[in-house]
Amino acid sequence: MRQALLDVRRLSVRIPVEAGTLHAVRDASLAIGRGETLCVVGESGCGKSLTSLAIMGLLPPGAVRSAELLSFDGEDLLRAPRSRMRALRGNRMAMIFQEPMTSLNPAWTIGEQLAEPFLHHGKGDRRQARDRAVELLERVGITAAASRLVQYPHELSGGLRQRVMIAMALMCGPELLLADEPTTALDVTIQAEILRLLARLQREMGLALLLVTHDLGVVAAVATRVAVMYAGEVVEEGPAEAVFGAPRHPYTQGLLRCIPIPGETPRGQPLGTIPGSVPSLVGGFESCAFRDRCPHARAACAEPVAERMDAAGHRWRCILEPSG
Amino acid sequence: MTAPLLQIRDVVRRFGVRRGVFAPRRTLTAVAGVSLDLPRGEVLGLVGESGCGKSTLARIVLGLDKPTEGEVLIDGRPVASLHRLERSRLVQPVFQDPYSSLNPRRSVEAIIGQPLLVHGEGTPAERRDRVAEMLGLVGLGPRHAAAYPSQLSGGQRQRVAIARALILRPALVVCDEPTSALDVSVQAQILNLLMELRARLGLSYLFISHNLAVVQLVASRVAVMYLGRVVEEGDPETVLRTPAHPYTRALLASVLQPRPGRGLPDPQLAGSFPNPLEPPSGCAFHPRCPLAVPRCAAERPGLDPATGEHRAACHFAALAET
Amino acid sequence: MSVTAPSLPAVRRRPGRWLGNPGFVVAAVVLGAILLMAVLAPLVAPFDPYEQVLDRRMLPPGFVDAERASPAHLLGTDNLGRDYLSRLIYGARISLLIGFFTMLVSGVIGTVLGVAAGYFGGRVDAVVSFLVTTRLSLPVVMVALAVVAVVGGSLQVVVLVLGLLLWDRFAVVMRSATMQLRGLDYVLAARAIGSSTPRILLTELLPNLASSLVVVASYEMAQAILLEAALSFLGLGVQPPLPSWGLMVAEAREFMLFEPWMIVLPGIAICVLVLAINLLGDGIRDATAPEGRA
Repeated sequence: MRQALLDVRRLSVRIPVEAGTLHAVRDASLAIGRGETLCVVGESGCGKSLTSLAIMGLLPPGAVRSAELLSFDGEDLLRAPRSRMRALRGNRMAMIFQEPMTSLNPAWTIGEQLAEPFLHHGKGDRRQARDRAVELLERVGITAAASRLVQYPHELSGGLRQRVMIAMALMCGPELLLADEPTTALDVTIQAEILRLLARLQREMGLALLLVTHDLGVVAAVATRVAVMYAGEVVEEGPAEAVFGAPRHPYTQGLLRCIPIPGETPRGQPLGTIPGSVPSLVGGFESCAFRDRCPHARAACAEPVAERMDAAGHRWRCILEPSG
Repeated sequence: MTAPLLQIRDVVRRFGVRRGVFAPRRTLTAVAGVSLDLPRGEVLGLVGESGCGKSTLARIVLGLDKPTEGEVLIDGRPVASLHRLERSRLVQPVFQDPYSSLNPRRSVEAIIGQPLLVHGEGTPAERRDRVAEMLGLVGLGPRHAAAYPSQLSGGQRQRVAIARALILRPALVVCDEPTSALDVSVQAQILNLLMELRARLGLSYLFISHNLAVVQLVASRVAVMYLGRVVEEGDPETVLRTPAHPYTRALLASVLQPRPGRGLPDPQLAGSFPNPLEPPSGCAFHPRCPLAVPRCAAERPGLDPATGEHRAACHFAALAET
Repeated sequence: MSVTAPSLPAVRRRPGRWLGNPGFVVAAVVLGAILLMAVLAPLVAPFDPYEQVLDRRMLPPGFVDAERASPAHLLGTDNLGRDYLSRLIYGARISLLIGFFTMLVSGVIGTVLGVAAGYFGGRVDAVVSFLVTTRLSLPVVMVALAVVAVVGGSLQVVVLVLGLLLWDRFAVVMRSATMQLRGLDYVLAARAIGSSTPRILLTELLPNLASSLVVVASYEMAQAILLEAALSFLGLGVQPPLPSWGLMVAEAREFMLFEPWMIVLPGIAICVLVLAINLLGDGIRDATAPEGRA
């Protein structure tokens, strides 16, 4: 077993709602080593964002987290007090959000916002914070970095703001970076640039990157490992080549058929689809959550599904024998 | 040869922008002279990034905004001067975000039936029948009629929006990023539905998207916009196989495919999207273009107005063809 | 973008939304009781509120002074020997009438101006904004006092004056709410299906403005009731012998030190009514807001 920086085993998130309990994340297990990129992919409501928030200890009020293990660099985060989590967040574990428009505070300059985590975590004084901010802005490809420090977020374009967000996340030299849909709000050409930037920074700094996205194209471009989530469960997880090349779970297979590829998907013919819709997560499941939509469903799918794993570390939750 | 269903003739749209009471008024040119044709029964894909003017153009085609210069003809009739009831029988929209395109206070039946009510068509019973028929057409059931938008999923809401757009049997539907806000599996369902409906009802679409993969799948012609102008136009096979404009090439390179091991694309673009209040001289793309030479900053390349199948506004377009 | 929000399930519509809010339930009961009392005043009130019985002046209620109290007058009598409970019951009529009609007048003015400014923008907006600014530069109480002093105080005059002064909040709130809504795609879609502007305003915008309208309306109604009390207290509102609560407070002022209950009872009545109206407004807003994303 490889040495993981972040090791999550059987993580669950439950949210009390009017009709009962929403089992938003169920028994999700993930691990990321230094220098690795783990992509958590799935559709809205699958629990991917809640998973990353649960790891950071930033769940919305009312949501309950439980897990068999949640360790960061050998340290048990499940039993870490709030003060310890605050000391880790923004420092050794940092996060980037989707919307660069709303995740920067419009009332403060770029420089003030960049310095904030640095000063908060006692990494140095204002001068050092300023120097570090300029260094990082240059590193994320922002020209005239020193003059940007006195600008306000509304003076920057979306792409620049997301670069500033990345620089801010890197101020304290984190080891783990969680990015929740970092490029979804951006145009495609800028998305490509931001992803290149993230990949370069990760290589240079040996970051462990957990990237949450709905876009399988993004996953294929950057992931070393992929975790596919459906209805709160990690239904398939493994090395990117294995998950894309030989997907084991019918949901992953269906998802890949839905995506048009220029020059390959035949024009004028219907795209593959997944019939039906995601089941309600209130009340929880014993059986496979995908069986109502699965083309291979059979009676045995109503039983609890054990996780299976092959020699390459490719895990999936389905009773079907892999074909070929 | 019959006239195209939709003719966009040299359309320009400028907005006066003022930042504060005493700041000077400045002009933002959102659409800077666009001419496009859409033959009946076909799908014109309009591609570009945010700020390129594609949504402004869509609103002009829908008659919800008037062009500063030029005109839009649908079925040979100028949209801007048509009465709202006439116009709405010719062209209808499907918007991007099904969460904001449906009035949260009205039932599905009321939303889909509203166009008939506005046009004073049929008795309440007949309208109910038409709504039921439309629900079936877009793959929803009678049980959805009484539902409110908040009780529906994103895909179901988009189906309701499509039903509302089609109930008046318009010839042209303007789809403005109809699948961008949806999950991939739902996106595929909605794309399939739109294609099926087009074939069944003989519709024409102006299909706006930032996603080249989606456009090449559905469009019979594709036009790429950059900063208010069409920079390349042609049939999708040609444009995607041999893109003549460097911006199209960058867009194409940026499409991420679900295939591992290809690494990250490099669109090779310098700088960022220019400020539309101060558009660059000459070719608007030249500050970011990997091919730019001094001539590009001085002289704006024209989009060859000949009836050629594949047009590109670039001084080096001919080079790329070969 | 809606793709990625960690989507929590939409809360379904259910009757419990009305009953699950204790503040709303209490307010509804209290307001219902006051309303019923006001409507049925001739039947409910034990005495004629104008009948003066000079040998039974200033009898305290039983719970204040059991020895001097008269069992016939539950809440005592005033300085002219009029039954205090009856006057309070009839006073509710005045407060509710003034509150409701002032709210109606100001609501119509403010909503029309605000929706027009928000929907049409441009010059209309500039004119309305100017009107709002002008109105905000007028001190309400001063203007009301001046007008009433010149024209003379009566129920109609108070309603009209307050109605013409209290529309600013309606206008400001409706303007910004309309501006938010008018850019939404369903308003564009309504234009695209050929709806006329009045139809769009009435069927697409107004229903979605209703929840903010209810809140402002309840606030303004409470405000009007308080202002009427203040004007009457100053002797420039409704005129004696009408039993306005504000007037009752004013009349009790002289006896404050010896018979404090005379001032406390109408004071409590005003507080309870105003609080109930505000709580009801909040409750209606919470219960009628559409679920999920509006």
